[in-house]
Amino acid sequence: MEREKLITKNLNSDGVDRRGFLKCMAWAGTGAYCVLSGGVLKSYALGDAMLGGMHKMKGELAFVQISDSHIGFDKAANPDVTATLRQAIAKINALPTPPAFVLHTGDLSQISKPAQFDTLDQTLKDLRTEKIFYVPGEHDVLDDGGGKLYLDRYGKGTMGTGWYSFDKAGAHFIGLVNVVNFKAGGLGRLGHEQIEWLEKDVQHLKSSTPIVVFAHIPLWSVYPDWGWATSDSEQALGYLKRFGSVTVLNGHIHQTMKKVEGNVTFHTAMSTAFPMASPGQGPGPGPIKVPADKLRSVLGVTDVNFIRGWHTLGITDSPLDSSM
Amino acid sequence: MKFISKSLVSFVLLATSVAFAGGSVWAHNMAGSSMPVHDKPMSGGATPKMASKAYNIEIKDFAFTPKTITVPVGTKITWVNKDEEPHTVVSTTDAFRSRPLDTDEQFSFTFAKPGTYEYFCSVHPRMVATVVVGGSAKKHPMKMDKMN
Repeated sequence: MEREKLITKNLNSDGVDRRGFLKCMAWAGTGAYCVLSGGVLKSYALGDAMLGGMHKMKGELAFVQISDSHIGFDKAANPDVTATLRQAIAKINALPTPPAFVLHTGDLSQISKPAQFDTLDQTLKDLRTEKIFYVPGEHDVLDDGGGKLYLDRYGKGTMGTGWYSFDKAGAHFIGLVNVVNFKAGGLGRLGHEQIEWLEKDVQHLKSSTPIVVFAHIPLWSVYPDWGWATSDSEQALGYLKRFGSVTVLNGHIHQTMKKVEGNVTFHTAMSTAFPMASPGQGPGPGPIKVPADKLRSVLGVTDVNFIRGWHTLGITDSPLDSSM
Repeated sequence: MKFISKSLVSFVLLATSVAFAGGSVWAHNMAGSSMPVHDKPMSGGATPKMASKAYNIEIKDFAFTPKTITVPVGTKITWVNKDEEPHTVVSTTDAFRSRPLDTDEQFSFTFAKPGTYEYFCSVHPRMVATVVVGGSAKKHPMKMDKMN
């Protein structure tokens, strides 16, 4: 069912309707697109009938985030993670317009074995997109070299433990690595060198440049007891405070979660492999088994759209058993 | 020297028999464990003999159980992963470090020197535990990261 609603109250000097935006973000969890165009924020309920029209008018950039493919995992929660990854790929390939690129926010493999990376690469060959960008998860740096294997395969053009940035359609994308050099009792960790690099990387950008940060472990405190936080993210995010639009895309927790804090939107994606419990609802951050007919509803991909001049990105979580 | 060679033989026998049971994973992880070597016999009296008891620590539900264990010098500890997630066993002082352990895989280490050995899982660093070897070592809680 079509529903278009113009929200024109409370336009700030930068053209963003904050109240309208927050309302939109609340809808986003139920499958709505929020589109800011010419200073006016519109929201659309995402129905199948809308799909073609939605993507035609989406504007300048559409990309997809996938996460936590855990190739090599074969326990009860999902004995065939390659199959569910293939379903995710089919879903993305079914989009009316192919995404400009795909972000994989880590835990590509289960245990950093070469054969697991091989299978991932082979499977992703079917993904119709120009480029896939990666950041590692803690499962990807378990080789003897502490992440060297990951860097050999996916680290071309990156620095340090695999961080980098790039620009697309006027937005600045930053891939961060917070899964290496863990300390006992610790959380995710960026490290001094990477944070210093980040400061310099964004120094000369105009504050109106939309920023998209992607990293495996959440950069906000979701649930520290389960390692769902990054101990030194505050300093990093401090360097992004001045920007009008910052979107942080993470994985690691195998469920969607959102938080909006000022100009920063935090979002975590579902896994394509297996779900995890809600914070604290279980002994720890391990795979949970759901009934077989429910599995595809708790795995999924994330579709992200933005238009030049946007202040916020339209983020839509799409379970495997839904149409995008 | 009779005491030494007897215990060394029994250790080798134990290691060999377990190696056959565990297969390639075991043999691999055996490389990480240290063999106790003594150049001189233990002094007499009430001092502990070469430990012959082995201890198991279970890795389950994202925890090492028991979380703190006190053992005599020379004890071999075997960790077994009972979770569906891989875990590692890593000493904070690099005294020992396992490969990533999949479900039912094991890692062993023989503690030849007394001391307090704090260790954690390098995949899930919130998982911390301690092995206290020989005597009453000072215990202090491991520092956990807090969010600001």
